[in-house]
Amino acid sequence: MEDKTFTISVYSENNVGLLNRISGIFLKRHINILSLNVSESEIENVSRFIIVVNTTEKWVQNIVGQIEKQIEVIKAFYHTDEETIYLENALFKIASSLLFDEKQIQNIIKDSQSTIVTVSRDFFVISKSGRRSEIEELYQKFKPYGIMQFVRSGRISVSKEKMEISSLLETFK
Amino acid sequence: MGTIRISGAEAVIRCLLAEGVDLIYGYPGGAIMPVYDELYKFQDQLHHVLVRHEQGATHAAQGYARATGKVGVAIATSGPGATNLVTGIADAQIDSTPMVCITGQVGRHLLGSDAFQETDIIGISTPVTKWNFQVTEASQIPEIIAKAFYIARSGRPGPVLIDITKNAQFDELDFSYEKCTGIRSYVPVPKLKLDKVAEAAALINSAKKPFIVFGQGIILGQAEAEFKAVLEKSGIPAAWTILGLSALPTDHPLNVGMLGMHGNYAPNLLTNECDVLIAFGMRFDDRVTGKLATYAKQAKVIHFEIDPAEVDKNVKTEVAVLGDVKESLAALLPLLDAKSHDLWHNEFKELAKIEYDTVIKDELNPETPGLSMGETIEMINKHSKGDAIIVSDVGQHQMFACRYAKFNSTKSNITSGGLGTMGFALPAAIGAKMGRPDREVVAIIGDGGFQMTIQELGTIFQTQVPVKIVILNNEFLGMVRQWQELFFDNRYASTKMINPNFTAIAEGYHIKSKKVTNREDLDAAVAEMLASKDSYFLEVMVEKENNVFPMIPTGACVSEIRLS
Repeated sequence: MEDKTFTISVYSENNVGLLNRISGIFLKRHINILSLNVSESEIENVSRFIIVVNTTEKWVQNIVGQIEKQIEVIKAFYHTDEETIYLENALFKIASSLLFDEKQIQNIIKDSQSTIVTVSRDFFVISKSGRRSEIEELYQKFKPYGIMQFVRSGRISVSKEKMEISSLLETFK
Repeated sequence: MGTIRISGAEAVIRCLLAEGVDLIYGYPGGAIMPVYDELYKFQDQLHHVLVRHEQGATHAAQGYARATGKVGVAIATSGPGATNLVTGIADAQIDSTPMVCITGQVGRHLLGSDAFQETDIIGISTPVTKWNFQVTEASQIPEIIAKAFYIARSGRPGPVLIDITKNAQFDELDFSYEKCTGIRSYVPVPKLKLDKVAEAAALINSAKKPFIVFGQGIILGQAEAEFKAVLEKSGIPAAWTILGLSALPTDHPLNVGMLGMHGNYAPNLLTNECDVLIAFGMRFDDRVTGKLATYAKQAKVIHFEIDPAEVDKNVKTEVAVLGDVKESLAALLPLLDAKSHDLWHNEFKELAKIEYDTVIKDELNPETPGLSMGETIEMINKHSKGDAIIVSDVGQHQMFACRYAKFNSTKSNITSGGLGTMGFALPAAIGAKMGRPDREVVAIIGDGGFQMTIQELGTIFQTQVPVKIVILNNEFLGMVRQWQELFFDNRYASTKMINPNFTAIAEGYHIKSKKVTNREDLDAAVAEMLASKDSYFLEVMVEKENNVFPMIPTGACVSEIRLS
């Protein structure tokens, strides 16, 4: 079985220590996490993990089974890239002088549909949401002019299929 | 419900009492002293057994849990007290044993400061617990302990660790106790789907050579009677994993023996001949399956299982029936055709005869000057009549105990299966005997494993718990030596044991002891041991370089099982 990129979504109680428990499942199997995003979900007190890994379908099934087995995990899913709508976000910090000295910079910003978050005397910050390849492309375009700082978020994604977490929690009541 | 104003430490004790706990194993220390102070006050209701090492507390709690089906409880202080629990917790996790461990922790204001005897036991125990939690406020205690017991015993059981900071033990709370009956994110038992049961039944009824493999799930699910009914109606031969042992009486005509690396010849070979393989409450461990790529590939597999994560984990199933096995078996029974499968049984009998002639006969009637482990176990059978609880350690003697011991009733075989923890048996036997004082408990231990938890002889002496201890002494770490002989050209690296005078050590603890070197003394010695009202230590000198056969070498296919 060949390795593929999978997005694992986990809905869980918002408890201290659960991140450790979940990351341990990957550690035990020697699987590297490519990106990890944990935040509060649309349901109060329920967290959502979005974990991206590159592995075989057999392993991802096994991992999702082990994650879902954890007491505080409500539900875990996995999806291939084709089954999700996904994005990451990136911030580029660039010297303000370039905005005036290098005409091309403005074109790059317009063409890439990125937005300027802030402008100060010394630097400005551009935000770009998109797929990894689009962010990579933008990075390559800015690179020759000099990037003061670059940071990329983990992946966030929504599945094309329904994830019925709210109704799942309803059934418990 | 009314509340009372009490300390966190007293709340811990009241929670345990509310959960029906009357016996706990532990070792005191600084960070758990408030709880021990309350134990002193409640000693007439809650009996605390002082072990000699915290690992012993966990194994004793495990032995208690495995013999009674109730939750075992172990308690320790922070730091080294807590880390010493880890081996037993890992053992309970892999063998699905219900256990609650309570550890003291430094005060909340000291957390993360590298205080004296501070360890991150939550971090350390996370991968080996079903659940764990750090309590930092007294008011959390009732709810968290209620959850701990609920989680430990429900669904697929397992160990839970609750770490309680010292301030939470000292501080007061308004106490009331309510048992936990559910947690919204946790489904302990998947809902049984009757269409899956029907699918399984149809497949079983159509099978020409069906074969049942069963594990501890039958025991944990208290489904022995339902299992036997299904077995007897369907006439299907059944083989057990070492944790499934004793769920079905040894002499049951449909019991075809033990699966796996040192299991019986017929069930291993015929795993790769059956057309439908029906698994109940077992997890296809590698010691059972050998090489997965060649495991039962010809068969359609039906898996009755409580833990969804086990389905298709190792072996791909045709039909998975998720749920409580007691309920699933009851639903399955009326759908099955009554059959006897005589021709198929004959195949098992023929192979069993080959195994008897080439392995078992010599093991039970050896011509070597030294005693054999098999004949010693057989002698215990003769005197116990199969009514004893046998607690085995890890190694060759464990395989002999599981292969040759006879069992009439369930929850009678207690051994460290998944983790293979040497040192398990002595403390586990203490727990088993305290849990079932009405039953004879015999610990069968090798000379290696015995010395890993030998200090628990002190617990036996102090509590006067009448366990019977049999040391099968071959002056080697026998299982490793066997592998060295077979796979490492007889290079016996660090497996030779120069042992102390074991009987003198036992006598030092005032435990009656005997050493048997000659075959003619064995019968009387075993009889004397089992007749003893007190604890008894019997050392049996066995042949030094005997091997356990049959054997499936690691990574080999089940049908490549060797008889010599």
